[in-house]
Amino acid sequence: MRRAHPGTEEKRPGDFSAWWYRRGRFTASHVLLVLMAVTMLVPFMWMVLASFKSLQEVEQLNPIPSVWRFENYLNVFEQVSFARYYFNSIFIAAWVTFLQCLTSAMAAYAFARLQWRGRDTVFRLYLATLMIPGVVLMIPNYTLMVKLHLLDSYLGLIVPASFSAFGTFLLRQFMLTIPSALDEAAAIDGASPWQIFWDVIMPLSRAGLVTLGIFTFLGNYGSFFWPLILIKSEHLRTLPIGMLYFDTVYGRQTNLIMAASVMNIIPLVILFVAAQKHIVRGVQLGAVKG
Amino acid sequence: MRRRHELRAALGFLLPNLIGFGVFTAGPVLFSLAISISNWHLHRTVAFQWIALRNFVELLHDRDFWLYSINTAYLMLGIPVAIAGSLFLAIVLSQRLRGIVVYRTLFYLPTFTSGVALMLLWKALYNPEFGALNAAINWWLDSLHLNELVQALGGGGVSAPTWLLSTKNMLGLDVEQIRIIPGQWGLGARDALIIMGIWIAIGGNNMLLYLAGVSNIPPELVEAAQLDGAGRWAIFRNVTWPQLAPTTFFIVVMSFIGGLQGGFEQARVMTLGGPAGTTTTISYYIYTKAFEEFQIGYAAALSWVLFSAIFVITMINWRLGHKELHY
Repeated sequence: MRRAHPGTEEKRPGDFSAWWYRRGRFTASHVLLVLMAVTMLVPFMWMVLASFKSLQEVEQLNPIPSVWRFENYLNVFEQVSFARYYFNSIFIAAWVTFLQCLTSAMAAYAFARLQWRGRDTVFRLYLATLMIPGVVLMIPNYTLMVKLHLLDSYLGLIVPASFSAFGTFLLRQFMLTIPSALDEAAAIDGASPWQIFWDVIMPLSRAGLVTLGIFTFLGNYGSFFWPLILIKSEHLRTLPIGMLYFDTVYGRQTNLIMAASVMNIIPLVILFVAAQKHIVRGVQLGAVKG
Repeated sequence: MRRRHELRAALGFLLPNLIGFGVFTAGPVLFSLAISISNWHLHRTVAFQWIALRNFVELLHDRDFWLYSINTAYLMLGIPVAIAGSLFLAIVLSQRLRGIVVYRTLFYLPTFTSGVALMLLWKALYNPEFGALNAAINWWLDSLHLNELVQALGGGGVSAPTWLLSTKNMLGLDVEQIRIIPGQWGLGARDALIIMGIWIAIGGNNMLLYLAGVSNIPPELVEAAQLDGAGRWAIFRNVTWPQLAPTTFFIVVMSFIGGLQGGFEQARVMTLGGPAGTTTTISYYIYTKAFEEFQIGYAAALSWVLFSAIFVITMINWRLGHKELHY
């Protein structure tokens, strides 16, 4: 599928030294890649191994724990309401993902499939708002949450994150590729715009929705700034915020911190392995706007 | 007839997003501008007043603001290194090698899992007394007898950096003033954050973009260059690099935008902006002003200065980039 990089196919067939040269380069690339991969992996491996060690052993150089302390993981659950943090993070991220996919898909449909005057101007205005840094919006949005009495609540975490200009852009690009004959045929059959949207366009945009869904879920699962300023009660803490306070209070217990980090990362690793194709495509698609 | 019908439908479909956009983006932007010309204190310890541009005047005299701007710029020094690394990795990976999916997964792992958990991991690794990194460095220093070598050559002792506890840096920037002094030369907290940043970013989104870019280069171009007898470096310089210019341009623009508003999470999780404020970036400064000192007005003014800086630098990038793209 992917074309070879320029320069890989030497035009010296049958020449032994060329074969040797190619072979050498092949090996060199592999050695380099393996070295890189090890550099990437070592911190992760240290984290996993440290999470099973006793506190004294974490500070020693020997990589393998002499005794595997699985109870470290149970200790995390005993010391903080880690299960609660898990639930909060996944609950909030799932709601935001659902709402954002829905609102973005509806807006994208209006921008990609319906004809109306000023459409492209409005769309460009929408896109321009992507340039506004989040930090400019944080302060007024925080004061807004104070006014609406949404500080320290699920709603305050979910609602502001449920609208996205980026998601609208991404799905619009997807919907533009669907042949227009399909909605015309449906319109002739007497389908309403909502029926066309829901029964024709949405099923055909599934790949785009999955991509947007994964990135939205990821972003909100790891979201830090907004919950940090919004959440005061312990039972509303998400994973990142819970981990931060866990570190503040129990920071010297590196083995437990690492056990919590491992548990934080595991759902992400599973998601990545399961949806790698969508993620890679999503990153490459998101850049088309440049 | 049909058009009027579709305008009404379009409004219906846009409505949820438009409401959200108005309430959480357009409204707040205007509101933030208003806040920035007030002395609003969240807990009302000072009487509310409209103070026109006084926040911005104060900001020009705020030494911390300038120091933290330099910190922000310093932390962005890792960006070109990470981009070059991503390009290099993409070119190596794009050769038809076995196991590309495995490598890509491993390289992408830090980007995918980045966040508080990874920062706590690096904080533990960087711990000068108990951390794995200095344990490894000290082991090498001991086994190579480097200390004795340097002493024999008439130098002082060599010791591992104290990383997140040190104000030293590669440029020798002073702590309290904007100047360079030799005593500050070394590796410190800011460099630790840069190293971590490169580790996270090198195999991440930029590498994926370069991979896509490399696979879109027409093979005829490369073959023609090969027929002309071009070597590998010549092909890279004259075919690959110019063909990747739009990708590089996009990556540079996005990296500048990200870098200018970056450093918040690292500062909050790993260093609390320290030691001596050396890892406080503009975005962390805005956070402390707004949510620890409750000076909402001043913080809003700061955020607009940051926005303007991002805007101006992006415009400059566009100008320069477009000249570069059409050569």
